[in-house]
Amino acid sequence: MSDITSQSLFELTSNIKEKKLSSGEITKAFIDRAEKSKKLNVYVTDNFEKAIDQSKKFDSNPNFDLKLPGIPIAVKDLFCTNGVRTTAGSKILNNFVPTYESTVTQNLWSQGAILLGKLNCDEFAMGSSNETSFFGNVQNPVGENLVPGGSSGGSSAAVAANLTPVTIGTDTGGSIRQPASFTGTVGLKPTYGSCSRYGIVAFASSLDQAGPMTKNVRDCSMLLEVISSFDQKDSTSIDYKRNSYSKELSKDIKGKKIGIPKEYRVDNMPDEIEQLWKNGISYAKDCGAEIIDISLPHTNYALPTYYIVAPAEASSNLARYDGVKYGFRSPGQNLIEMYEKTRSEGFGDEVKRRIMIGTYVLSSGYYDAYYLKAQKVRQLIKKDFDDAFSKVDAILTPSTPSSAFKIGEKTNDPVSMYLNDIFTVPINLAGLPGISIPAGKDKNNYPLGLQVIGKPFDEQNILNISYALEDKINFKNDISDWWLSE
Amino acid sequence: MSIDLKTVKHISKLARISIDDEKANKLKGDLNNIFEFIEKLNELNTDNVQALTSIAETTLRFRKDEIKSENIREKILKNSPEENKDFFVVPKVVE
Repeated sequence: MSDITSQSLFELTSNIKEKKLSSGEITKAFIDRAEKSKKLNVYVTDNFEKAIDQSKKFDSNPNFDLKLPGIPIAVKDLFCTNGVRTTAGSKILNNFVPTYESTVTQNLWSQGAILLGKLNCDEFAMGSSNETSFFGNVQNPVGENLVPGGSSGGSSAAVAANLTPVTIGTDTGGSIRQPASFTGTVGLKPTYGSCSRYGIVAFASSLDQAGPMTKNVRDCSMLLEVISSFDQKDSTSIDYKRNSYSKELSKDIKGKKIGIPKEYRVDNMPDEIEQLWKNGISYAKDCGAEIIDISLPHTNYALPTYYIVAPAEASSNLARYDGVKYGFRSPGQNLIEMYEKTRSEGFGDEVKRRIMIGTYVLSSGYYDAYYLKAQKVRQLIKKDFDDAFSKVDAILTPSTPSSAFKIGEKTNDPVSMYLNDIFTVPINLAGLPGISIPAGKDKNNYPLGLQVIGKPFDEQNILNISYALEDKINFKNDISDWWLSE
Repeated sequence: MSIDLKTVKHISKLARISIDDEKANKLKGDLNNIFEFIEKLNELNTDNVQALTSIAETTLRFRKDEIKSENIREKILKNSPEENKDFFVVPKVVE
């Protein structure tokens, strides 16, 4: 049997069910490795002591019918966990201990999983490199001083470094798929309405979705099956029949029509990414899929649209952080001064920048010019996809326009940082499911990902296409464990 | 169009975030760069386009208006920044 922490979720659950491994052994193995991996800075808060107790409890009375029997899992620190500090990577929530549980994490525990701890992320999920976190940047296990992507950077690093078998992240403009691409892991953003947003610290409510981040496509299907559910507590949760994603997983994609959008060829895109895309196309053909050239004419307008819609929603959502009911408070002579000092000291620079953008585009006299305009363009972007999906079953693109970059490289130029999400943002604006799978490496040996985009609620189809491509690509993420300490 | 310092200060007032002059100047530069990038949308004619209001094509559900959780006062006050068993405490509002 291979080392415990390098096993996939599928292997671990099989080994537990066949009684080859206990939950206690598995939990201890991940905790031991985490103790030696502090240099990566993936954890904001650990739950190790309680996790050990819970694993013993599971072993003394195991239920092997559950989908995640005794499996320890760390989650992004954007999910509220009852009794365990939840910070959203922000000073303003540094001392916040929720008294309730998010639906998505509750789904994990109901299927037997055990909370290992809370993973670092960009502050309020605003960032593409995990550098905006109040708790410091995260190291990408792929190479020293490399960003792990963001905002789910602690999550992507933890999966790639074998510190959790799988994890869940959130994706508002690419925050699952871009870090997955940067770390050689798999990340899926489900259709808007698939996973409940209840108990997730809100960023931009019309775009936010939780989703699985895993080592491979099969694990991804297993985890999606657990976290996707209809929830009365989220008014935009959608009641539809969800697939048994792992049971229905199949490499048979013969006759599937896969669209290739010409607008995803951008200026200055490295040749390696172009080549990666071509390889993906030829693998899809080898599997019997039909390749069709398509056009998504408003692609170039997606990022500017996103940078109106997302900050506008964020400025409204983050109005609740005023130092009154919970979180950090900075004292003031009067109520207004207390608000202004609390928010000034409690939020980091990127969050303040986005609140300012959002406040401006929603302010009197500018609403029509910016916000309404953006909502109209969003309609056009959605229509592009509607038109494309009348001809194809799925769309194949690169996940990101570059591989992971150095820590500090883009922190002084917000717009260049925003460009990271050029291929992922349109999918959130249109509410579609998208998955990033590792597909190759660049000249520095850094991973690169391909993205498969699907019709609404068609996660099974993009999982199957990814499963078939994964088999052909045969990606190996040889990570050297350079960060381990004794 | 460009955003001047006075506008930056006005937005910060609306957003209830106090900023000093140095920060305001830095933000002015950042915001102008970002808005220059956003202005690209003006290339598009959207006169006859209906604004998207909901990405999920469903109508909001109705539910019965009933109490589902009781006696949660303690839970709600648990994370209160200033200790008081019955209320949230803020600086004096009425003179």
